Amino acid sequence: MQLIACPWCGPREETEFSYGGQAHVPYPEDPAALSDEEWAHYVFFRDNTKGRFAERWNHNAGCRRWFNAVRDTTTYRFESVYRLDEPKPVTS
Amino acid sequence: MSTTFRTAAGGRIDRTSTLQFTFDGRSFTGHPGDTLASALLASGRHQVATSIKFGRPRGIAAAWAEDPGGLVQVEEPFPEPMLLASTVELFDGLVAHGLPGQGRLADVPDSARYDAVHHHVDLLVVGAGPAGLTAALSAARAGARVALVDEQSEAGGSLLSGTDRIDGVPAPDWVADAVAELARHPEVLHLQRTTAFGVYDDGFALALERRTDHLGAAAPRHVSRQRVWRIRGRSIVVATGAHERPVVFADNDRPGIMLAGAARTFLHRYGVLPGREAVVFTTNDSAYDAALDLHRAGVRVQAVVDARPEGSPHRRAECESAGIRVLPGSVVTGTEGVERVTSALVAPFADGEVGTGSAIGCDVLLVSGGWNPAVHLFSQARGRLRYDEDLGAFVPAQELDGLSVAGSAAGLLDLAGCLADGRAAARATLTALAIEPAADDRLPSAPDPVVAAAPLVLWRVPDTSGAGGSTQFVDLQRDATVADIARAVGAGLRSIEHVKRYTTIGTAHDQGKTSGVLTSGITAELLGVPVQDTGTTTFRPPYTPVAFAALAGRDRGSLFDPERVTALHEWHGAAGAVFEDVGQWKRPRFYPQPGEDMEAAVLRECAAARTGVGILDGSTLGKIDVQGPDAAVLLDRLYTNLISSLKVGSVRYGVMCGVDGMVIDDGTVLRLAEDRFLVLTTTGGAAKVLDWMEEWVQTEWPDLRVHCTSVTEQWATFPVVGPRSRDVVGALFPEVDVSNEAFPFMTWRDTALGGVPVRLARISFSGELAFEVYVNPWYAVAVWQRLLEAGRPYGITPYGTETMHVLRAEKGYPIIGQDTDGTVTPHDLGMAWAVSKKKPDFVGKRSFARQANSDPRRKQLVGLLPVDRHTVLPEGSQIVEFLADGQLPPPPVPMLGHVTSSYRSAELARPFALALVKGGRERIGDTVHVPVNGTLVPVEVTGSVLVDPEGARRDG
Repeated sequence: MQLIACPWCGPREETEFSYGGQAHVPYPEDPAALSDEEWAHYVFFRDNTKGRFAERWNHNAGCRRWFNAVRDTTTYRFESVYRLDEPKPVTS
Repeated sequence: MSTTFRTAAGGRIDRTSTLQFTFDGRSFTGHPGDTLASALLASGRHQVATSIKFGRPRGIAAAWAEDPGGLVQVEEPFPEPMLLASTVELFDGLVAHGLPGQGRLADVPDSARYDAVHHHVDLLVVGAGPAGLTAALSAARAGARVALVDEQSEAGGSLLSGTDRIDGVPAPDWVADAVAELARHPEVLHLQRTTAFGVYDDGFALALERRTDHLGAAAPRHVSRQRVWRIRGRSIVVATGAHERPVVFADNDRPGIMLAGAARTFLHRYGVLPGREAVVFTTNDSAYDAALDLHRAGVRVQAVVDARPEGSPHRRAECESAGIRVLPGSVVTGTEGVERVTSALVAPFADGEVGTGSAIGCDVLLVSGGWNPAVHLFSQARGRLRYDEDLGAFVPAQELDGLSVAGSAAGLLDLAGCLADGRAAARATLTALAIEPAADDRLPSAPDPVVAAAPLVLWRVPDTSGAGGSTQFVDLQRDATVADIARAVGAGLRSIEHVKRYTTIGTAHDQGKTSGVLTSGITAELLGVPVQDTGTTTFRPPYTPVAFAALAGRDRGSLFDPERVTALHEWHGAAGAVFEDVGQWKRPRFYPQPGEDMEAAVLRECAAARTGVGILDGSTLGKIDVQGPDAAVLLDRLYTNLISSLKVGSVRYGVMCGVDGMVIDDGTVLRLAEDRFLVLTTTGGAAKVLDWMEEWVQTEWPDLRVHCTSVTEQWATFPVVGPRSRDVVGALFPEVDVSNEAFPFMTWRDTALGGVPVRLARISFSGELAFEVYVNPWYAVAVWQRLLEAGRPYGITPYGTETMHVLRAEKGYPIIGQDTDGTVTPHDLGMAWAVSKKKPDFVGKRSFARQANSDPRRKQLVGLLPVDRHTVLPEGSQIVEFLADGQLPPPPVPMLGHVTSSYRSAELARPFALALVKGGRERIGDTVHVPVNGTLVPVEVTGSVLVDPEGARRDG
């Protein structure tokens, strides 16, 4: 079982967390202005990245806060975690 | 029983005490410190069972968990199948019998306790042999937090099986000192009888401690029988030793054939001779120790058969000076004997060719084909393996973060090397953890190893028996042979994983501890490829079998999942309620009176609510307190309808959708103040809706000044339902004007009862006049009983969830998650009225404008009335329609939808159902068909509201 470092609580067991999918997919400014296809991209389409992937996590059995993380999807290794008000770390 | 194979002295058994046990119906004796296997061998018994497929006699072939032969079932004190005689510690009163490959589960419940403990350390050391002990000592001396686990009854590992000396004293004495020193370090947890069976991510390991198994009937009841240790190590040192590898030859499965190292263990640890006359067959030097030790103990060693052309000159001289014949350049080609080996067929062997041989009489044949490092835990941690041509085995091929392998598990086979390697592994770990090693961390000394002759890698002896490899057993537990591997390769299988599945090798109880590498080697040989290319099959936890009871631990029965009960739970029980599970909640389903079944009770309860007054415990309803200056803004964004326009003191029904526009929950919202709302959710949706609110507030709208808190447990809730509910509530709360004018539908009022605050709300989930009564759960029983007293003149009737469902379904009120799945919009439910056209946006709004959402063929919620007026349609039934000619369309018959709710209605005096039907509202008035038990039942499509469609009853 992996340890995930909650930015608020520190390392905790992965069973305390739930996954929230790709990060940095903001709710559109004006959904009504979007075509059906553009809207579908917001609702349904997500990247399927091999390697470093910025994603959302929720420490829902702990502090219940959402945060972002960069994780390598091939190794499961978390490379960084960051608060929602922090920018996405620059990754090589 | 005679114990004629017990040595006169020696071993680590307590000869002053005698234990009685029964095996296969016969009485035996042994001593404390014995295993079932050593005690049987001490009585001269090798055969334990017969094999699973061929029924061939099988015996004890190894001294610990790698044994593929000695499978037993323990009957007393508690039945447990599939244990190994070599790992069952002997206790008084043990009753066991041999197993032909398959056991029998106990037919009585296991009354023992099982539990789990979490533990966190700097260093977890697995294995208390030479490398594990020096690793643990180094870390302990540095003040690190250490866990040392070892699967056997005492520490020492291989040191208990030989004649080694460390620091000038017999190795077991050094072990005792090491254990005593570890016990003096307060930060060391040292567990014996504890198998680390799985290594997972980030230093997480699971270990099973067998706490009372070895005590038999004397096990104290208050101590858990087995315990799962959930150990999180900042680092792990795997010092799990090595398993001796057999060599495959014809009829290599007879009782009396065992690994050479195992014979040494039985001799030195248990004081048992494996036989009187031994033949030793080896490809390396280690088996010479067994030959010499057994010889000194009085066994007649008939020959050492060494497959190497030159044998081992140094060891040969030792043997010959002891009078032991050594036959270099020879192999064992086969054996004779039925229930016990009686002779070994020995032949010259050169350049892969077997010459003409002869039989050498023996009652035990010891075999050594080299040593396989026990790399299981390293491999579970995704460590890559490399084939070592000298060892003929796979060894760790990479460094892993936080996990290192030491000693013979890393391929070292000499004692001094293992001692040094364990210490080095620990010190490297300490450095990585920034822990200073201790100044007095001395490396224990062991004699320099004798220069060994290079071992020969020999997987199998060419089969000269004429059986074509069909008696050359690779996996004894699966009765799988060289012929089976040849068949797999002949069928075109090249991957070792495929060969494993085709032959079933390595899939039995022992998971291929002795057969795995042999299979890789033989497969590579047959394919003509390097063994490195064949590789190994994947090592997966558990290393040895673990009982489900141990994994379950205390999470059984009522502790399996939390049970949530309302403040009235005991009252419901006393009233004879039949409960149902709703999520984790226990809710009364109905309250049968004497002689009533569910149908009768529900018809009675429904009639009471529709014609008199009923009362429900609705406390499980989800409740969320939403507070803050922007509370109304948040709810406007999350509900499809307008919430901000709600007046304080009023209530509004609302629907919540996902961004895809599909309904995820519904409920009512009470406005408590300008900046405060009480949101009511479905029982099952409470946690999900709170999470949903939190997700939006935290991730999208952190600027909103709003807080959401669950108050489900803070309010007991009782809907008082029916035309007489006003009389009941008015009588109990005389200071509240309950008239329709003063207290209209969808409003709430605060009042009190005997000083206890009470909130009343005119919300109806039945279509009837109804008042929901909210009170602090501490006063729930008192208020409930006062309501019952006030309602007695009107025959107030408690009703359960079944009646609640019938009443709401009669009114066409959907249950989100029962009448909907994730594909249903508010429009599909006929709730376009609950979708605001004024709000510029809310979650889900944009999706409603998608073309697919205006398709008239979407499934819509409608009512169904079976034409025969008596069939209750099973929920989930499919709906079909006839063609114009009155016939079903040809298969596959198109499905129009399915029945989502179905009940018998007291009000309608007939069964009815709700259903999702394609283009349902267009079909109202049509007759469609529902297959029920092979018959097509005609049903009329109706609107979803079947009782009081005008809504005349809600005001009484």
